[in-house]
Amino acid sequence: MKEGFRQAMAWLHTWVGLIFGWLLFAIFLTGTLAYFKDEITHWMQPEVQAHPLDDARSLAVAQAYLQQHAPDAARWFITLPNSRDPGLSVMWQDKLDPGKRGNFVQKVVDPVSGEAVLARDSKGGEFFYRFHFQLQMPHPWGRWLSTLAAMVMFVALITGIVTHKKIFKDFFTFRPRKGQRSWLDGHNAVGVLVLPFHLMITYSSLVIFMSMVMPAPIMASYGADTRAFFSEMFPATDNAPALGQPAPLQSLVPMYTQARAQWAGGQVGRLAVNNPGDVNASVNIFRAGSDRVAQDFGSMVSFNGATGELLRVGGGQSLPALIGGTFYGLHMGHFATPVLRWLYFICGLAGTAMIGTGLVMWLGKRQLKHARTGVMPYELRLVETLNIASMSGLLIAIGAFFWANRLLPASFAERSDWEVQAFFIAWGLSLLHAALRRGRWGWIEQLSCAALLLGAVPLLNAITTEQHLGVSLARGDWAMAGFDLTCLGSGVFLAWAAWKMRCRMAPQPTAERALGLNLTREAR
Amino acid sequence: MKSKTTLPVSYRLAVTSRALAAVFGGYLIASLAAVCMALWLPTSRADAVVTGMMSSFVFYLLAVLWCFACRTAWRAWFGVMLPTAAFATLAGVGLWMART
Repeated sequence: MKEGFRQAMAWLHTWVGLIFGWLLFAIFLTGTLAYFKDEITHWMQPEVQAHPLDDARSLAVAQAYLQQHAPDAARWFITLPNSRDPGLSVMWQDKLDPGKRGNFVQKVVDPVSGEAVLARDSKGGEFFYRFHFQLQMPHPWGRWLSTLAAMVMFVALITGIVTHKKIFKDFFTFRPRKGQRSWLDGHNAVGVLVLPFHLMITYSSLVIFMSMVMPAPIMASYGADTRAFFSEMFPATDNAPALGQPAPLQSLVPMYTQARAQWAGGQVGRLAVNNPGDVNASVNIFRAGSDRVAQDFGSMVSFNGATGELLRVGGGQSLPALIGGTFYGLHMGHFATPVLRWLYFICGLAGTAMIGTGLVMWLGKRQLKHARTGVMPYELRLVETLNIASMSGLLIAIGAFFWANRLLPASFAERSDWEVQAFFIAWGLSLLHAALRRGRWGWIEQLSCAALLLGAVPLLNAITTEQHLGVSLARGDWAMAGFDLTCLGSGVFLAWAAWKMRCRMAPQPTAERALGLNLTREAR
Repeated sequence: MKSKTTLPVSYRLAVTSRALAAVFGGYLIASLAAVCMALWLPTSRADAVVTGMMSSFVFYLLAVLWCFACRTAWRAWFGVMLPTAAFATLAGVGLWMART
């Protein structure tokens, strides 16, 4: 580090990129899948039928269902079906014992028949969403680790930009079939092309968890009373306590209509009913996050449930809160229409590819030195194993997750947990495989396996359900068809990658290629 | 960066020292900068806190870059401690004024 500024930054970029690269790859890929979490859930619970949207009918059905099954609950939550998620979801919390949190029970109700849907127990796309910031670790460690990874990503991005000064010139430079050079050009091109996305997604992930990881300013301003900060930030849903006098709950539909009128036709996301059946019942109607870019958690209309009287209209943000809400909204992409959602997905994949190419390059550069002897030092072998397991292994794990969803019987106990187990078992096995197999063969076999698992998803779906491509395309169920087609596409792409690697291996021994590259380097 | 056999122990210790300065010193700077903003910005209390938290990560970034860009590990620590002391003083004055 006695060299110049740029060399120091390149050094930092290289090493933080290596240490956190594997974790960041997993976070980026699962986070990218989470942009389609509702669609993935739809595929994983094919029993939930999509109906034409009719909020008033859905709301009446939900109210009737909850009235019948949970009249004494402390709280009801109703999430209306929307164009992406066809399920009418109701949830209730049992009456609270003092000092204890009541249990939550969640059901998906058919918005037409009013019966609970007997869908297979599955976490669906929610698994990827949760994994990408909780990492399947106990609360709050996963969130801390993923936020730390985000900070490292931020450092890696900025040092990458410094290292790579000729941003615009190099953007038009791509030298294919040049081994290490091509990897570098590819890494730079994806990095620069979606740089605004990378910066946005990284900084916003820090902002989302800022009150957890940076609590000092809250404590400095509010002392021990940190709750006061949150109730000032998110104007309190100061709901009146239950009085213990029974009173029937008014119909929710007129309140829904009134709330939408308050927002000039904005969509309703969620309803919360506190103390249903009490004279002090309150109904809070929250605006859908898909209405605008900036998330406003306080955007809600509150009613007295027993009289139907409008109590409060919340919302409106100060400038800092608006900026924070914009970061949140941009990261989540709830507002994104299908085209924009695909753009998010592609940008996420580009980010994943940038991390992956970086890891491959780190190893490639160092392997060159040992290419002639053919003996790889222990630490390079370790990096190679982790590279294979963290990239192609993760793809296999994702495939195994989808297969487990279709193959585990619906009556299986703790079924959704076993889907998750299948994911981690497959990932663990791929780590074992990568440790046992030599370099390139590890890649080829794992990529082929992932290609097979993902490419066969439409076939698997056709055999195990009545929702195969012919049906879903004819019915216009684009979430179901899109899932099948995307898996098929990914399978074909991975097969191509595996085939390419195999071809590259046969005619040209690695030592020879390495020599060629060294010569060109000397010639420059 | 060279092959591992040529790296002396002192180099490794220096890198470790820089890394510690970057991770912990950087967090300290970021936290204290956020506290200063929370106490001194002329907006409402909640807004000042949010602004402080939101911008703190930029301070963290700058501290990390400094720790690895400067010439020696000692300078890294010095460069971390100086703004820490400044922010701490500013925050202390702010807290004292808020109390009186």
